[in-house]
Amino acid sequence: MKKLFSVVLLLCCSLTVTSSLYAGGYAVSVNQFVEHPALDAVLQGMKDYLKDNSVEVEFKVHNAQANMPTANQIAQQMIGEKADLLVAIATPSAQACAQALKKAPAELKRPLVFTAVTDPVAAGLVDDLEAPGGNITGISDLLPIAKHLEMVLNYKPDIAKLGVLYNAGEANSKATVAAIRELSQTMGFTVVEATAAKTADVYQAAQSLIGRADAVFIPTDNTIVSALESVLKVGVQNKLPIFAADVDSVKRGAVAAMGFDYYKHGYQTGAMLEKILKGASPASIPVEFQKDLELHINSEFSTMMGLEPPQKLLDKAAKVYK
Amino acid sequence: MTLYAALGAIEQGLVYGIMVIGVYLTFRILDFPDLTVDGSLPLGASVSAVAITNGVNPYYSLVFALFAGFIAGMITAILNTKFKILHLLASILTMIALYSINIRIMGGPNIALLGSDTVFDILLATGIPGQYAGIAVFGIFALCVTAFIVWFLKTEMGMAILATGDNPKMITSLGVNTHAVIILGVGLSNGLVALSGALIAQNQGAADVGMGIGTIIAGLASVIIGETIFGHRTIARAFIAALLGSIVYRFAIALALSLEFRGFSFNPSDLNLITAVLVIVALIAPNIKKRMLAG
Repeated sequence: MKKLFSVVLLLCCSLTVTSSLYAGGYAVSVNQFVEHPALDAVLQGMKDYLKDNSVEVEFKVHNAQANMPTANQIAQQMIGEKADLLVAIATPSAQACAQALKKAPAELKRPLVFTAVTDPVAAGLVDDLEAPGGNITGISDLLPIAKHLEMVLNYKPDIAKLGVLYNAGEANSKATVAAIRELSQTMGFTVVEATAAKTADVYQAAQSLIGRADAVFIPTDNTIVSALESVLKVGVQNKLPIFAADVDSVKRGAVAAMGFDYYKHGYQTGAMLEKILKGASPASIPVEFQKDLELHINSEFSTMMGLEPPQKLLDKAAKVYK
Repeated sequence: MTLYAALGAIEQGLVYGIMVIGVYLTFRILDFPDLTVDGSLPLGASVSAVAITNGVNPYYSLVFALFAGFIAGMITAILNTKFKILHLLASILTMIALYSINIRIMGGPNIALLGSDTVFDILLATGIPGQYAGIAVFGIFALCVTAFIVWFLKTEMGMAILATGDNPKMITSLGVNTHAVIILGVGLSNGLVALSGALIAQNQGAADVGMGIGTIIAGLASVIIGETIFGHRTIARAFIAALLGSIVYRFAIALALSLEFRGFSFNPSDLNLITAVLVIVALIAPNIKKRMLAG
């Protein structure tokens, strides 16, 4: 029985810790799946929009550190928090929150806004993008993949074989790669795939593309983007240009990407939060897609990977890293 | 900590507790360190999710999951016993193979179950609030599984498993085939882990190929927390301790999530560190108390 002491101790300290009390304004609880630059930028953008528009919001941010059981537990924790609205960043967190809300008693059911989710319908979050119908809506980061490939082919017109590096375990990436394969037939190149199941495998997967591909395209894949530097190293050493699908990766050294700043994605999410906090019903707010796309180029790494950036693209670029 | 977070921790502790019982069976009873569980947990989830989306009753889907996990465990044990591959390596090989197999089974990395029938629907239909339904369902499953294992280890077959873990030479000399016993034991363990995975998927609304990462870590932590705090003098006590250890582990995470001091707030990224510290406190507290009483 003495050994029960420690359990009692743990329970006691858990009961004395109360959740924070929000003073005035609105309260928002956030379930973020993992720390990485893009998702962190979404959170920052969201906060900044609300600050810029003087909507007073107290944020309570939880991070699951890429662990699904934890994301699930965070979702349950959020149900009990005094929040007016729940926000989920990335698909696993959104699914966990949706399920927790489904099971919550009626008086604790609150709106859920998801962001940085590529395919909300396949993820089971909404049935209809135009009319979500329930208490869930949000912003999708689905990118027009055709625009991306067009840019890559404008940048390096002689691509016959395009390497695609992704984690076959990520639903988002799998959908993107299927789309690339379909487009490749009309755009006149073949697709060479390499997969890595975890960040530790990325370097080897990138090396497997040397000599088999003329350039490499990385979709918005959490695993590959987390270990981007190892891909870039392979690219620089073997003069293999690495293109990305998110502009944050260009800053880190990818040759170029069409896309949006995830910060702007967050900013757009912030606008949706404001609408719902001020009384709009999520049921009638259609799922939004990212509005403005821009081209980012990293001319330093482009040169290091043996590819001089074409002048006409440099003129069009919204941002050039030298 | 809010009531909701506490209920959530109990719910998670119970459903992962079924996995912990499986881990206890291999790790402590059979003395077979088995990493297959990182793969068999999502295997159970995948099989159950595919069955449910094809119209199978969610309860029957659990039987499929259990069976699939059993096979996965058997493969690990056969690699070890018949082909003399070291148990750790054999289980790692099965685990990494299961990653690809799970994607094959699901036809993709993730199946959403948000709109589908689950084992909770029967209870939810009676009007029980969702947060209690999970505890009720998982509590019943966890207790049945514990009772079954305790009963099973008292049968002749179960005795053979216990003896194989304790002293394989002695049991072989008695004419028992230790290979068959190990295959059965590791199979049973992974069957339970897969059952746990199936219930987790139905609870969180999706089966995902990545959901098994870290299962063995949570499993071993729970086993050791349970043993240290609640003891393991008898078989029944040991398994109940493992189940309670799982609940304590989830409580540590829930507590870490809600910790806040005036003027100082933790970063969300500190979560794993705080969880580790809380578990350490739970583990050394009995010792400190003993010393204080002695002093």
